Parts: sequence; structure tokens; C-alpha cells
Amino acid sequence: MDFNIYDFTSFTKWVDNALNSSMSPLLAIIIELIIIGLVFLLFYAIVGLLLVYAERKVCAVIQNRYGPNRVGPFGIFQTIADLIKLLMKELINIKHADNFLFNLAPFIVIIASFMAIAALPFAKGLQAIDFNIGIFYLFAVSSLGVIGILLAGWSSNSKYSLIGAIRSGAQVISYELSVGLSLLAIVVFAGTMQLSGIIESQADGWWIIKGHFPALVAFVIFLIASTAETNRGPFDLAEAESELTAGFHTEYSGIKFAFFFLAEYMNMFIVASIAATMFLGGWMPFHIAGWDGMNAIMDYVPPIVWFFGKTIFVILMMMWFKWTFPRLRIDQLLNLEWKYLLPLNLMNIVLVAFIVLMGWYIK
Amino acid sequence: MNIFKYFGEIFGAIKSLWAGMRVTGYYFIHPGQIVTQKYPENRKTLKMTERFKGEVIMMHDENNQHACTGCGICELNCPNGSIEIITDKITNEAGKSIKIIDKHIYHLSMCTFCELCIKTCPSDAIGWGQEYEHAVFDRHKLTKVLNHPGSSLRKKPSKEPNQE
Amino acid sequence: MKEVIQDIIIRNSDDYIINMGPQHPSTHGVLRLELSLQGEKVKYVVPHIGYIHRGIEKMCERDTYQQIIHLTDRFDYLSAHMNNEAVCLNVENALEVEVPERVKYIRTILDELNRLASHQLWWCAFGMDLGALTTFFYGLRDREVILDIFEESFGSRLLHSFNTPGGLMHDIHPNFQKRTKEFIKYFRKKLPEYDQLLSNNVIFQMRTKGIGYMSKEVAISYGVTGPSGRASGFSCDVRKNHPYSAYDKVDFKEILDTTGDTFTRYKLRIAEMWESMNIIEQLIDNIPEGDYTAKMKPIIKLPVGEYYQRVETSRGEMGVFIISDGNKFPVRVKFRTPNFANLFVLNKIGSGNKIADIVAISGSLDLVIPDIDR
Repeated sequence: MDFNIYDFTSFTKWVDNALNSSMSPLLAIIIELIIIGLVFLLFYAIVGLLLVYAERKVCAVIQNRYGPNRVGPFGIFQTIADLIKLLMKELINIKHADNFLFNLAPFIVIIASFMAIAALPFAKGLQAIDFNIGIFYLFAVSSLGVIGILLAGWSSNSKYSLIGAIRSGAQVISYELSVGLSLLAIVVFAGTMQLSGIIESQADGWWIIKGHFPALVAFVIFLIASTAETNRGPFDLAEAESELTAGFHTEYSGIKFAFFFLAEYMNMFIVASIAATMFLGGWMPFHIAGWDGMNAIMDYVPPIVWFFGKTIFVILMMMWFKWTFPRLRIDQLLNLEWKYLLPLNLMNIVLVAFIVLMGWYIK
Repeated sequence: MNIFKYFGEIFGAIKSLWAGMRVTGYYFIHPGQIVTQKYPENRKTLKMTERFKGEVIMMHDENNQHACTGCGICELNCPNGSIEIITDKITNEAGKSIKIIDKHIYHLSMCTFCELCIKTCPSDAIGWGQEYEHAVFDRHKLTKVLNHPGSSLRKKPSKEPNQE
Repeated sequence: MKEVIQDIIIRNSDDYIINMGPQHPSTHGVLRLELSLQGEKVKYVVPHIGYIHRGIEKMCERDTYQQIIHLTDRFDYLSAHMNNEAVCLNVENALEVEVPERVKYIRTILDELNRLASHQLWWCAFGMDLGALTTFFYGLRDREVILDIFEESFGSRLLHSFNTPGGLMHDIHPNFQKRTKEFIKYFRKKLPEYDQLLSNNVIFQMRTKGIGYMSKEVAISYGVTGPSGRASGFSCDVRKNHPYSAYDKVDFKEILDTTGDTFTRYKLRIAEMWESMNIIEQLIDNIPEGDYTAKMKPIIKLPVGEYYQRVETSRGEMGVFIISDGNKFPVRVKFRTPNFANLFVLNKIGSGNKIADIVAISGSLDLVIPDIDR
């Protein structure tokens, strides 16, 4: 076995070979699936908790506060304490609620976000499945969560929840368009939908630099639209705590609420990592064609650090939005999508196609 | 619709959003501007101002003497009935039966901190204490007896100049 | 022929009713709003009050005039000083006591400081109603400076029963002038930040402009006073129209606007903060020397008669009506509190808007619920 922080291909190959040589291929695949599932489950929990902690710390500093600082050094165990609290809370049964759907909804939300991790390339060779339509898969799976939100609102037998869910439905369906179209710009640039292919195509420069103006526009639109798709402020109309108390998860308690909560943060992570992969080169270090000295230095930083660094950058941007802006109203939200983002995006796509046709992007 | 107006709107919007983000961004990169205090840790240094209305106390000097004559004016003036005066009758050296204070009962739980008792006290026997941590598990603990056990009325200083 | 202004509330059995409150994050207290919805649209708003009724008017009938003061803190706790002052002025006028100049100046400064603190809290709460959570902490941060000044002088931060018929409880703290000047200097720097963060924000303007229009006629017929009324062009500033304390000695503008929508009400309060700072700056260096209270008898007995006094609190016109039979207790005390009148215009200006707008409108009316119920 040779473990290499710069390239995980040999490591995963070694695991695969070791399993295959000691048991039947079917059993080996099953065990591989279980290992990957467990690793992702652990990853999911850790990232979710860290993101909740990070958000609380970031918003605290923005608001001239300390943030969590009681449990553990700098309060890093605060979210774990919160999780334990949520686990021990009573699961309240709502009268006249549709119990089956009510219990199903948090699982749909969390499974949708869980499925998306599978296709994310964390580093070279560190990717569970490399679909040839990877970005399409991510895009499809990440929009499944809205079904859970709709079900949660519908089955709760609460008017606030219902309004929140309907809002969320209208919002996610509209903003899907913008997310898809802005990602399409990069697909046109890269000429492939395979995530590894897209990252390969950024070896000599990230698309946000190579694609200059249209890529920047697509990036900004993607940030806005994906923030809306994850139901985060300033587009958190589905929860809108000053209007709908807590929106679609008003009636949830205990671990079921924790599922929604965790899924929201995981969605943020997924969206940020998609943005990092598509626009900022994923795990690809910062390269400028021709500057070999600098490229070598950049290569020295492990790809996994690059990936998480870029993801954290995008997450910080999204937190910065959330803690600055007031919330939009539902009609303004839809106006923004249909009157501004969508036309701009369509124009942008045409522009991208033209640029690619003429070869005007930085090669 | 005018196309320039359309794009002008978009750029105006981005500019105004950026102005807000500059403010929050400034505070994000300046954690020195944090104004909150870490409360239980700074208990030692946390000092209330001298006029702080924490609770009503009766001032006692080093001889465990106070100035309360038990006249009951504070009880009369209290709008909430949070002060109860229980007086006692004793016979002094001259053989005269006089009224002294037995218990000055103060219900902190009912006090609205209007300062009328302190303001109207003719002998300035009560005042504000700076204690601010009043949380207790049993509300009966909020009923306090202000005169210390064994305390007595301070004699007029002119009458006994060579006490010490 | 003037148009008749009235609310029309028609309840149907198939209305989609939502009860906003009594425990709801945006009603700022125990207020219940009955909303009838058509999708996101609100057909009518019916405010239900009484969840925090404490019977203060009745309690006043068993209290002496000094004791009434501390109860008035508890109406509009954010303008506690102005409420105190209303009762004090009423008693002083009834007894025809001339309070020292020093008291008048200090009272005016405290009024304006209290107004600033109140508007700051309104600003943070309004931002939070609209979903901008950071505004809450910036507003509280700046309000804290005022509250520290209050704590040093009065001993308490929010409900400081600092007034008493005839003057003040104590003299101001020696540091008071210095710290107030420091605060003005500090807040003049911080107030433009409020504009950058919220007022100029395009999302905020979209949310508030053209929403909840209140005409001058509506404002007058519903008795909407204070900044909310002045935003509709209703000149109702008691400080200007019927000056009390030292308001006749300062030079200040009554800020009026005629647009009457939510954004105007917002802007007007920001402008009032600037104006309050101007008033304080004019007075803070010129506090005359003298007693901090006039000579008063320990037991105040008002002559037989009826007395009314009004002051401008940070939310509008606060009136105190006292009937006395010459005893040491009043026979009847009636408080005209601004929020009670301001609340009931909500259906008139709010119905037909969306749920989110109702939150914005009720936020812009700056309601304090204990002031409604008393």
C-alpha cells in the first residue's frame, strides 16, 4: 500500500484489491458500499456539526459578540451538546397530523442531501462514484429535498407549516432553473458533465478566471440561486421566523428537527462544494499556464486542502449574505428569479456558447 | 422597458447590497470591536455604580448598629407592600417603655425599585445595595430581614462622644 | 363632504384564519393578531388585546401621587422617563408649583436620551422583523451606551422612576454631562452605519416602500400620533405644539413627511434620532445650577378638579387625566397611551397586503404591547 495525500487513486485501488483477493467479488462490493456509507455518515455528522458551530461563530463576530464559548475551548463542543439535547427531547405527536408523511419528511430531506455527497470529488481519486453525468446527478438529487419540505408542511396540520412549505415549493422550483443554467455555462466551457473531467479541464486555470466575464456572472447567479435553493437567508422564506415562527418545521421536535437542521447545513456544504468544483477548480491547485515555478509551489498544497479551502470560502460568502440582508417577500423573490436572474442567465448562456465557439476564453 | 434602466437597477442594487456587506464585513474582520462581556468570569471585576438599585439594605456600622427607629414611614410609602415592620417594646435604662424595631422585613420579590422608601426615610436608615445576583431556587429566600440579628439602634452621636 | 373612514371586517366561516400571537416572534409581546388569508394575501387583521392587562388605572386609585409614578414606567417601558414626566407635570401644574430650571433642562435631556434609546431598540427590532438579524445587535450595542449613562445616574437601566412631583429623585451624576457628550460623538459616527446596513439596502426598500400607506385623514381619525402620524403629514408633536419642560428653549424641527408608507415611518424615526441629538447638544452644556427638586409637601393633595397633561413619548402622544376630590388619592386616573391608538390602524393600512407586509407594517408602527393593555 502506498498512501499518498496528493493522489488517492492508488489507495482506493489497494483497498479494492485487498478486498477482492480475500472474498468473492459480490461480497467485496457490498463491504465497499458499507465502508463508504459509514465514512460518509461520519463525514456528514462531523461536517454538519462543524458548520453549525462555524455559522454561530461567524454570525457572532459579525454581530460584535463572542458566540458559543462555554462548552469546551472556544465552545467547540457546543453543537455536540446541542445534538445530545436534541436527541433526548421528546418527539411530539401532532393531533390530526398525517403521521406516516410527518415521520417520512425529515428522512427525505436528509437522504436527498446524503445522496449528493456520493458524487462530490474531494480530492484526486477520492470520489465515490464518478458519473459521466455527474453534475446532472448532483443537480437532480439536491432538488429532491424540496419534496421532504413540502411533505413536512403538508402533514404537520399547521397553517404556518403549510404556508412555509408552499413558499418553499414555489421558491425551489423557480430557482432550480437558475442553478441549472448557471452550471450549464461551465458545462459548455468544459465540454463535459463528468465532474472529474470538469476538474481536469481546470488544470491550467479555474473557470472563473479562464471564463472571465460570463463565468463571473454565472458564479454570482449560482451563489444567489443556490442560497435560495437551500432556503437560507436572505431567501429563508420557508422558515421566516418573524412571519411563520419556523415555517415548515414548526411542529417538529427532537431528532426529527435535528434532521432538518442538519440537512440545511449539509445542503449549504454541498452547494458550496459544487460552486468550488465548477467555478473554482475543485481540488485543482491554483495554476497559471506558463508559470511553472508558482504552479509547483501550489501543487505542494494537498488537493484536499484546496477543495475544503474553496468550499469554506464559498460557505463564508453565503454566511456573510445571510447575516447582512433582510429577507425578501415571496413575490419579490419570484420577481428576482423570473425578471432578473433568468433573463440574465439565458443571455449569459448565449454569450458563453459564442465565446466557446470563437475560442475567446483564456486557454 | 428601457434596457439601460434595467441594468442600472441591477447595478444600483448591487451597490447598495455591497454597502451593507461592507459594514458587516468590517466587524467580521475586527473582532476587537466585540462589546459583550463574559459574565460569570468577570464577576470579580464587575462593579455596579454606587447608585445601582440592587436591593434595599439597612446600613449597619461596625458596632452592628443601625439608624432605623421603626417609625414605619417606609412601610406606608411602599406601593406594593413589600416592606413590613415588626416593632417591639422594651424598657430602657430610664425605665421608660420605648418602641424599637424587631424585624424590618423586605420582600424583594415584590419590590419595584421605585425608591420611595429610601427617599422618605427620616433617619436615612435604608439605602440601595449593589448586589445584583438575586436568582434563587426558593422564592421564600427573597424575603429578607434587613436588620442584622443582634443589632441595635445607633444612639445619637452627640449624646455619647467618648464611646470609643 | 368628507369621506367616512372606517374599517370593514366581514368574517366568513370559510376564512383561512391564522392567529399571529400571543406567542409569536414578530408581535414583540403578547399581542394576538387574527389574520384572514387568501394565499399570502391578508384579507383583514383583527388585533386582540388584553393578554397583559394589569389594571394599572385602577391601581392608581389606591396610590398616592408619588406612588403613581413608578407604575407609569410599566406602560411603555421604552419611554419610561416621558411617562413619569407626564404625571409629574400634571401634578405640578395642578398644584401650580414652579419647578427649578435645572429640573426642566435635565428632564428634557433625559426625554431625548430616552427617545434615542427607544428608537434604537425599534430600529433593531424592525430590522429583525424583516429578517436582517444583525441589525438587532448593532442597535442594542449603541443602546447599551445610553443605558449605562442611565444606570450611573438613576441606578436602573430601563424602568428608572427618576421623576417625582416637583423635580427629580436625585441630582444627576457628576459624570452625566461628560458621558452624554461622549455618547453623542460616538453615535454620530454609528448612525450612518444604520443607513448603510438597512435604509439604503435595496431589499429593505423593496420591502417597505409603498407598503401600508396611511393618509393624513386616516392618521387623524384613528388618532395615530408620534412618528407614525407625522409620517402621514399629521403635525402632532406635543413638544412643538404645546411645549413643556425646556422644549420652548431649544431650536428643533418637527420632522414631517407626507408620503405615509412604511419606509417614510422608518426614515422619519432615523431623522428623529438626528434631531434628538441636536436637542441634547443644545442643552447639555447649559444646564443651570440650582436645586434638583422644588419644595414639596410630603403628602400631595391635589385641589378638587380635573387635570390633563400630555407629553410626547417616543411613540406618540401620552396623556394623563386625573380627577381629584382633594384627597391624597386620585378618584380616577386615565392614561391616553399612544400605542393603543396606533395599533388599531393596522387593519386599515395592513389589509390587502401580504403576511410579510403585516410584519413590516406593525414593526413600523413601533408597538409596545404593555402600553396597549396597561
